[in-house]
Amino acid sequence: MLIDLLHYEFLQRAFIASGIVALVAGVVGYFLVLRGQTFAGHALSHVGFAGATGAVLIGLSPLLGMIIFSVAAGIGMGLLGERLSGRDVAIGIILALALGLGLLFLNLGQSNPAQATALLFGSVLAVSPAMLNDLIILAVVTLIALALIGRPLLFASLRPALAEAKGVSVRVIGIMFLAILALAVVQSAQIVGVLLVFTLLVGPPASAQLLTKRFLPGVLLSAVLAILQAWLGIAIAYNTNWPTSFCITALAALVYVIAVATHGRHVRA
Amino acid sequence: MSAIELDKATLVIGGATILSEVTLNIEQGEFIGVLGANGAGKSTLIKAILGLLPLKQGTIRVLGKPASRGNLEIGYLPQVHGTQQGINLSGREFLYSSVRGHRWGLPIVSKNDRDEIERCLHIVDAQHLADRPLGEMSGGERQRLLFAEALIGKPHILLLDEPLSSLDPHQQKIVIDLVGYLARELNLTVVLSAHELNQVLGAIDRVLYLGHGNAALGSIDEVITSATLSRLYEAPIEVVRAAGHIFVMSGGQVVERDHHHDHAH
Repeated sequence: MLIDLLHYEFLQRAFIASGIVALVAGVVGYFLVLRGQTFAGHALSHVGFAGATGAVLIGLSPLLGMIIFSVAAGIGMGLLGERLSGRDVAIGIILALALGLGLLFLNLGQSNPAQATALLFGSVLAVSPAMLNDLIILAVVTLIALALIGRPLLFASLRPALAEAKGVSVRVIGIMFLAILALAVVQSAQIVGVLLVFTLLVGPPASAQLLTKRFLPGVLLSAVLAILQAWLGIAIAYNTNWPTSFCITALAALVYVIAVATHGRHVRA
Repeated sequence: MSAIELDKATLVIGGATILSEVTLNIEQGEFIGVLGANGAGKSTLIKAILGLLPLKQGTIRVLGKPASRGNLEIGYLPQVHGTQQGINLSGREFLYSSVRGHRWGLPIVSKNDRDEIERCLHIVDAQHLADRPLGEMSGGERQRLLFAEALIGKPHILLLDEPLSSLDPHQQKIVIDLVGYLARELNLTVVLSAHELNQVLGAIDRVLYLGHGNAALGSIDEVITSATLSRLYEAPIEVVRAAGHIFVMSGGQVVERDHHHDHAH
């Protein structure tokens, strides 16, 4: 069945693009979940939506607009740091405002509803060769950046006070991570849409962290789960005509439920 | 050479004077208990020794060198907060993240690092604990594991910030005995902050009592007196000794216990 699918070029691109993005989301998402910053990830994707629609309005590429807005928002959130923690209400209001602005920009730009749906819920089957190229570059940049700060990031995430004493600037690492997260959010949004980035960025890592108590196997499992969910989701969508993003979210939820059940039995045993 | 040397050290945090021209010496191999009311600056002093807080005046020297961040001669156990509770990573993984966690690059642990961690786990007898998630351990087990973390890299000084808080009396006894054992066996200088004098009685060599910017360092008999403590608290203090315990009282109330519960937050 999968082999048949690969005869179509647009499907080939969909598999490659979603595979690469899922790899990035699985790895970056592992740290996102570990650090308990999932809400930040959500906020960044909404800001990215405003960026994408705003960019179209002034004649720039939506991807560029999204990158600029999300990364700027990530760095901004990092700079505010402690002052933002526990400010769920403030983040919530900014998040809603960003989505509202996105709607306004869509309206002013007289975009058609299909474009809006693609941004909000993803359009992996419509990935162009140029977009695939951009995603590969973004993925490489994101993974290299994460590899560079991986060690202090893990230390700062698990033992912040100790890391600070050992000479790690927890604040700077936190800002760098949010910038990297913003890039991962932008990539995920191209596949599953702004509203569903959690399905790649949070679902697989949360499941992986329930299934293993070890770091490196956890990161690998998270990436593998994300890739499998994306690929299987596309295959199911192709055969059922259901929306791809729905299929991916359903798989993510299913895997998470299984992980919770497995973990629960483990803890009780 | 002293392990830790304060010379007319003045430390001001958010307008509050924590230390005011304090001069004192902690010798190598000493086990010091740091006491004082809530907000007297026990954690702050430890952070200053770590080089995390700038002094307004004076100096702090650690093994002869000015206190500076990233000093590998110091093993540090920060105050426990609830943040690690939800993380489903084994204790060993926490220790892996600590080894040379300040370097850039991928978080990959070498064979040498693994050996070093097993050595430290062995010293505190925590190898059997290390496969379990930190969040599932009892308070005493968690402290045992984190002591192993503090021993990574063979430091000469241990700074332990409130390692006894949120433990029941039985676990407190086990933990303080373990610290005493480590201090003797590894010939470490230990600075341990605590809420109650009685928790550390019998284990520490000398007590460092903080209050209102002043500090008194000396034997328990020298420091835990009505005169010295009244000066530190800036209030009349009575010292009552009963059944091997010492109670620091103010206006008929035990001073330390008043601060016990509100501190965890």
